[in-house]
Amino acid sequence: MFRDIWATFIGFLHTFGAMCLFFLRLLLYSPSVLYKRFSLVAYQVYNTGALSIVIIMVCGLFVGGVLGLQAYSNLERFNAEDTTGIFAGFALIKEIGPVITALLFAGRAGTALASEIGLMKATDQLSAMEMMAVDPLRYVAVPRFLGGVISMPLLTAIFTTIGLLGAHLVAVELLGVDVGAYWQQLQSALDMEDVWEGIIKSVVFGFIASLLAVWEGYNSVPTAEGVGRATTRTVVITAIAVLVFDFMITAWIL
Amino acid sequence: MGPSGTGKTTLLQLITRQLSPDRGQIIVAGDDVASLSISELYKMRQRFGMLFQNGALLTDMSVFENVAFPLREHTKLGESLIRNVVLMKLHAVGLRGAAYMMPAQLSGGMARRVALARAIVMDPAVLIYDEPFVGLDPISMGVIGKLIQQMNDALGITSIVVSHDVREIAEVADYSYVIADGHVAASGRPDELRDEPSELVRQFMLGLADGPVAFHYDAPDYEEQLLGKKPD
Repeated sequence: MFRDIWATFIGFLHTFGAMCLFFLRLLLYSPSVLYKRFSLVAYQVYNTGALSIVIIMVCGLFVGGVLGLQAYSNLERFNAEDTTGIFAGFALIKEIGPVITALLFAGRAGTALASEIGLMKATDQLSAMEMMAVDPLRYVAVPRFLGGVISMPLLTAIFTTIGLLGAHLVAVELLGVDVGAYWQQLQSALDMEDVWEGIIKSVVFGFIASLLAVWEGYNSVPTAEGVGRATTRTVVITAIAVLVFDFMITAWIL
Repeated sequence: MGPSGTGKTTLLQLITRQLSPDRGQIIVAGDDVASLSISELYKMRQRFGMLFQNGALLTDMSVFENVAFPLREHTKLGESLIRNVVLMKLHAVGLRGAAYMMPAQLSGGMARRVALARAIVMDPAVLIYDEPFVGLDPISMGVIGKLIQQMNDALGITSIVVSHDVREIAEVADYSYVIADGHVAASGRPDELRDEPSELVRQFMLGLADGPVAFHYDAPDYEEQLLGKKPD
């Protein structure tokens, strides 16, 4: 029993170490890939970012709407419904925007990346590149990683903006909060530091979600079952990592 | 040649250092492959062309772009020159007309021919074929066999073909090795191998169900397992 736990722990350390090395190699190759293969990176920004916009916008609208409803119904008890904008704004910009965008990103783009790379491996496409003297890490992994890293903060910005509009729609248009109060209260209460907190989180989550997706795909077992498992692991591990890092960043900033 | 699972593909992967040996040396063109640096290895691989079992075409690129891929990566040729070279190579495998199709639209045999065009586009010194006949209909098999021979004769290159298809190999090979249990069981010209006295080689060449490679996988006693009693 104790031996099993120890073996699992050592196995985890091995994997974690290998992943850190993988991450460093991705970072090391990133400048040259950005410079020499920018078109590949741009395509991946489209692939991971632009293709996720619809799901991000729809979810942002409804999450914002729910926040507006919850904020209004609770603040109304204290006759403070004018501060609905502050409540929704703070929640969206500092927490919910980056976290939910990262979770949606893992579900939409992360799984696509992991399964695509896993299938490329299973069908010998990565080996074929190696045999053509083209490093698949530079050609396949780094552009996808950078595409995700660039897309995440942009998607978070879109999610948060649409979320604020969703909250506005519910609070102002449906429940009758004064439009001036909604935006003015939010503007006066919100500091640039709060926005920075959201930006920092979205950048960190972008690195985490992209790294995990590319890592899982690149190291998947090259069978149908292996690719499926890699895809599932991408979502599960990204979700856990994002929530853990969210807590750590929040604790560090506050 | 050799039975399935005997290590033929592994041998190819060792030659090209897709795998590294635990011990021993792999010497290719005078170099110890395992000791090459990455840049030296990639330089060596540029002199190799490899045809994978399923073609291994890059699925997000058209046939034309697949064949052009090594040229774009390793040369500074202009677009019109690349176009001409690619069309010539595709013509050599009979698929110039399929240049703008996607890999998903190709049959298994066509995909392998495109992969062959891609493998020869850099004019390699050595061409490696990993099970080129597996899963093909007789016509496609004949086409691939003819192409292997043509490439060998026309380009004057060395071809290494790994296969368990005795008949097809006999037609294309100048010299064959039969590998079994991690050893070279026999070698010689295909017609010499047919007269090989070794039981294992005979079983393999004639496709016999039972012999040194037993029909029954190791199992407990049949009677004991069925009736639950020890035989007398």
